[in-house]
Amino acid sequence: MSDVSYSVPTLAELASKGETPEVLFWVGCAGSFDERYKRVTKAFVKILNTVNVKFAVLGTEETCTGDPARRAGNEFLFQMQAMSNIQVLNGYGVKKVVTACPHCFNTIKNEYPELGGTYEVIHHSTFLQTLIGEGRITLKEGGSFKGKKITYHDSCYLGRANNVYEAPRAVLEALDADLVEMKRCRTTGLCCGAGGGQMFKEPEKGTKDINVERTEEALATGATTIAVACPFCMTMMSDGVKNKEREADVQVKDLAELIAEAQGLS
Amino acid sequence: MIQQILFVITLGIAGYFIRKRFLAIRANINLGKAKEIKDHANVRLRNMLLVAFGQKKMFKRFIPAFLHFFIYIGFLIINLEVLEFVIDGVAGTHRIFAPILGNLYPVLMNLFEFLAMAVLLACAIMLIRRNVLKIKRFWSAEMTAWPRLDANLILTTEIVLMMAIFTMNAADRVLQGQLPEHYHNTGTLFFSSYLVPLLVNTDTTVLIVLERVAWWFHIIGILGFAVYVTYSKHLHIFLAFPNTYFANVEAKGHIQNMPVVTNEVKMMLGLAEAPAATTPPAEPGRFGAKDVNDLAWNNLLAAYSCTECGRCTSECPANLTGKKLSPRKIMMDTRDRMEEVGKSLQAGGPGLGDGKTLLGNYITKEEINACTSCNACVEACPVMINPLEIILELKRYVAMEESGSPPSWNAMFQNIETSFAPWKFSPSDRFNWANELKK
Ligand code: SF4
Ligand code: SF4
Repeated sequence: MSDVSYSVPTLAELASKGETPEVLFWVGCAGSFDERYKRVTKAFVKILNTVNVKFAVLGTEETCTGDPARRAGNEFLFQMQAMSNIQVLNGYGVKKVVTACPHCFNTIKNEYPELGGTYEVIHHSTFLQTLIGEGRITLKEGGSFKGKKITYHDSCYLGRANNVYEAPRAVLEALDADLVEMKRCRTTGLCCGAGGGQMFKEPEKGTKDINVERTEEALATGATTIAVACPFCMTMMSDGVKNKEREADVQVKDLAELIAEAQGLS
Repeated sequence: MIQQILFVITLGIAGYFIRKRFLAIRANINLGKAKEIKDHANVRLRNMLLVAFGQKKMFKRFIPAFLHFFIYIGFLIINLEVLEFVIDGVAGTHRIFAPILGNLYPVLMNLFEFLAMAVLLACAIMLIRRNVLKIKRFWSAEMTAWPRLDANLILTTEIVLMMAIFTMNAADRVLQGQLPEHYHNTGTLFFSSYLVPLLVNTDTTVLIVLERVAWWFHIIGILGFAVYVTYSKHLHIFLAFPNTYFANVEAKGHIQNMPVVTNEVKMMLGLAEAPAATTPPAEPGRFGAKDVNDLAWNNLLAAYSCTECGRCTSECPANLTGKKLSPRKIMMDTRDRMEEVGKSLQAGGPGLGDGKTLLGNYITKEEINACTSCNACVEACPVMINPLEIILELKRYVAMEESGSPPSWNAMFQNIETSFAPWKFSPSDRFNWANELKK
């Protein structure tokens, strides 16, 4: 870990100074608590700092969007969460939200508006793609990823649910890596097995775990990096790689981590 | 004249049965909850044109799309010939369009023969795919004897109907030489001309009978088929159109809101006034769905539109890894339950009150609990059916009416309620990740 210090302002701090950020970074529960995904949160914050995006987080004022509750059928709990989050967001006059979690992205973007919370919501893959496109992130050609095989695992909530297929791939292509596709990709991408609240329960009885099936497919491409853009996919694919005993030569990384790495930020 | 009377009676009988089934199906769909779908008319129309009329989603899998396309085009165009059949049948004419269309008529007849041959071959290949190659999606658990027979019956009937066209044309062609004043010249027709040598030496009376038998066989076959369709997965030939029109137009990730819950939550959070005590509380109804009448009508329409093709199930991550869930079965169960309720009501029975329900007697919790809400089934469906919507409604019932979700989900609910995260962490630790960065 470098000793550079990064700033992570909260909306409350900015508001007390009478300032408003360009964008709110919605960290999400996994981004806040999950040991592995906290590294993604930090990588993304480092990138935001480096390119001077004026951002803020909610800090302890953030709570679960309610997505897992809604998908497990508990509409009451979902709406309680949604409504109190919307009160906080509207209270600060938030206009634009970026998040690294496709589930938070989907919920805030598609499901908060009818409950009174309308914002411009962007997933970090699209955000990174824009930064690269604007030249605010520059990646030197022939960097450490040159020629390395990377495969991208589509998150259902980014892909099929919201038609974001190209942004994550554009980010990976900027790394000058050799992007290889799995047999089931884009619209037919296979779920990692964690959606719809499955993350929080044991799978039903079956013949195989979904994440193992998906990991086998990813490994079959010969890629040494499995790129993901979702905290649940991260967990499921990492577990899959462990199950196949390939942790030594295959890594599972989020897009933000890969960009941070390429920029020497990690 | 007798033929004309018989024909009108035949038409009448077919019409009677079709009407009866139409009304029954409409009544069954109306068991569902009212829901107004009037938004985005342009997008909906486009979906209908591209997906139903244009078969867009079929072409994700080329071979079956190609075969299906021939049958589809054949169906659309050969029906023009059926129009002639009907007019001839009622008016007692023979090939009434022949003198009107003149030189165009033989061209059209040849086109029909080519299509008929294409349909015949496509059906034969499909029969092979189902019964010899035994393609997996046609043999999964919910494809029991009846759904398999249904598919085979349809394909076989289409083959036989097409053969009737060829026989009729061949007999007609020979008769054109023998009795030119009654049989209009159709010119040489490509496929049936191969049958002509078999018939040239046949007695004229026999030929007349043969031509008539083939004609009657074809038209009765078509009318019978039209009645049969209403009992079969083949109903999609009509319902694919309304179903694609009424299908969701929002992002697939969006879940239907429950306004009843919104009102209650607003009151709990003090964002809305509780209704004055004088207004009687509105009947809240069930949260989620336990039976078909708890589902929205368009979900029920979707169940009748399902082609049982199994594309959804073949993409479903749960099904692929051996779980009980199959999105196709969800649609088939919904339809079967609707039919059961409808039949009971028609016979003056208890209908919905027969002690059975969709959830429980048809679909189990084990099935719905396996869904990852990944939308693969929704994406795969060639007629834009959304099995996920039904699964979610069933989950809502289990969670909110029965508190019967799996224990680990109940624990997750509790965590969200008490620590505002699905895991049991202290909310005050939520921002600790930043400490290392700030230093
Ligand atoms: S949404 Fe559910 S039923 Fe549909 S494919 Fe995914 S897991 Fe299967
Ligand atoms: S729901 Fe759609 S994809 Fe599934 S079997 Fe029915 S028609 Fe086919």
